[in-house]
Amino acid sequence: MSSLVKCPHCGLRPREEFTIRGEVATPRPAAGADEAAWFDHVYLRDNPRGEHREYWHHSGGCRRWLVLSRNTLTHETSEVVDASTLKSEGGA
Amino acid sequence: MRYSALSLLGNAFSKNKNWKPAWRNPDPKPRYDVIIIGGGGHGLATAYYLSKVFGVRNVAVLEKGYLGSGNIGRNTTIIRSNYLLEGNNPFYEFSMKLWEGLEQDFNFNAMVSQRGVINLFHSDAQRDAYTRRGNAMRLHGVDADLLNRDQLREKLPFLDYENARFPIMGGLMQARGGTVRHDAVAWGFARGADQNGVDIIQNCEVTGIDRDGDQITGVQTTRGAITCNKLAMAVAGSSSHVAKMVDMRLPIESHALQAFVSEGLKPFIDTVVTFGAGHFYVSQSDKGGLVFGGDIEGYNSYAQRGNLACVEHVAEAGMAMIPALSRVRILRSWGGIMDMSMDGSPIMDRTHLSNLYFNGGWCYGGFKATPASGYCFAHLLATDTPHETATAFRMDRFARGYLLDEKGVGAQANLH
Repeated sequence: MSSLVKCPHCGLRPREEFTIRGEVATPRPAAGADEAAWFDHVYLRDNPRGEHREYWHHSGGCRRWLVLSRNTLTHETSEVVDASTLKSEGGA
Repeated sequence: MRYSALSLLGNAFSKNKNWKPAWRNPDPKPRYDVIIIGGGGHGLATAYYLSKVFGVRNVAVLEKGYLGSGNIGRNTTIIRSNYLLEGNNPFYEFSMKLWEGLEQDFNFNAMVSQRGVINLFHSDAQRDAYTRRGNAMRLHGVDADLLNRDQLREKLPFLDYENARFPIMGGLMQARGGTVRHDAVAWGFARGADQNGVDIIQNCEVTGIDRDGDQITGVQTTRGAITCNKLAMAVAGSSSHVAKMVDMRLPIESHALQAFVSEGLKPFIDTVVTFGAGHFYVSQSDKGGLVFGGDIEGYNSYAQRGNLACVEHVAEAGMAMIPALSRVRILRSWGGIMDMSMDGSPIMDRTHLSNLYFNGGWCYGGFKATPASGYCFAHLLATDTPHETATAFRMDRFARGYLLDEKGVGAQANLH
């Protein structure tokens, strides 16, 4: 993986400043959703070999949650956006 | 041919020119009773026990690369059965018993070395936790000994006992634990399975799985289509990737784990030692190199290599435990891909498709489990019922709330 990550707020920053949370899974179900929906959200993962969207926290920088699009085979990062932009897609 | 002192002698007299390859290199047949995807340790062990114990001999093992190119050749070779939980301990102890008789069983020198595994503890609370684990092991008939600091000093004088942050107070030892030559495990199982008629087909990647309703009919591979009665997945590391071919989503993430070997040293560490205040485990190979590893990288990866940040992290943990490591030069490092399951325990079960069987989610504990995993998976394939030591590794345990969380960190794959 690249040693530098382009934070949309801070620019190119060393990878050690970031905390990786993992896959942007299915949207969090409503509190009263059935068990199948919660099981899906909590436990199941796409875990693709290739393009992967994941949450990163810029914990040693601006402390914003980001969404990286990263290739899990080549480690190339194609896009980094603020996680708030996911809300419009019904995510997070 | 059986290997023996006599065969060694005979071949020595003929100047070692008449040794035959240890296994055939067959082309795939059009149909098999059982196809095992994945020619790693677990897949080969499954084929071995399936053909030897359960009498199923029309079996193919499909390996996308060459034999031994995956995690079976990328681990730190440690075997142990020092588990706490009811669902885990009998299984790993079964594996340990198989290790103890393995070389005679498959007639191959795997260099099984029961040199002991010692887990260090650094606080009163950790000693209590280890005492509990040791007691749980003894209740299951597994050997466990709690060593105090003086006993430990005799065995391992080079540890940093007076470390300001993490003083070493003692350790939990399993004397029957140790190391095994990992490549030889793959070769021994491959040779044994091959002698029983199993076809081991290398450089044969599965590219698709054919279905008729809820029945698997066969697989598409880079070496043509092959049909089968039963299909078994033993592809830990790439489980999600293969499962996607039959629209399965798994409670698994793939993560990279690095391992390291140092330059050769004189005899220094004669056991396996693990750090209790971080993640670091080390042993010394017969060639003299220190073999060690630490945490996974922490991000999803299918690339069989790691990052410098983790190299530094592992080196720091090692230095905190054995300061003398500061002068040791690292010879090589390499990476493998782990199936990190959501509770840190493996999955070995039937699936939603009636003749598809799954074996994966081994996190980074797969090597020690190799013989038992093969035996139990073969049992499942042959009888459709789980082996008595592998009843807890159910696919549906997450949905039912019966997690097997040895470490107690919850559904966070990268923490296990």
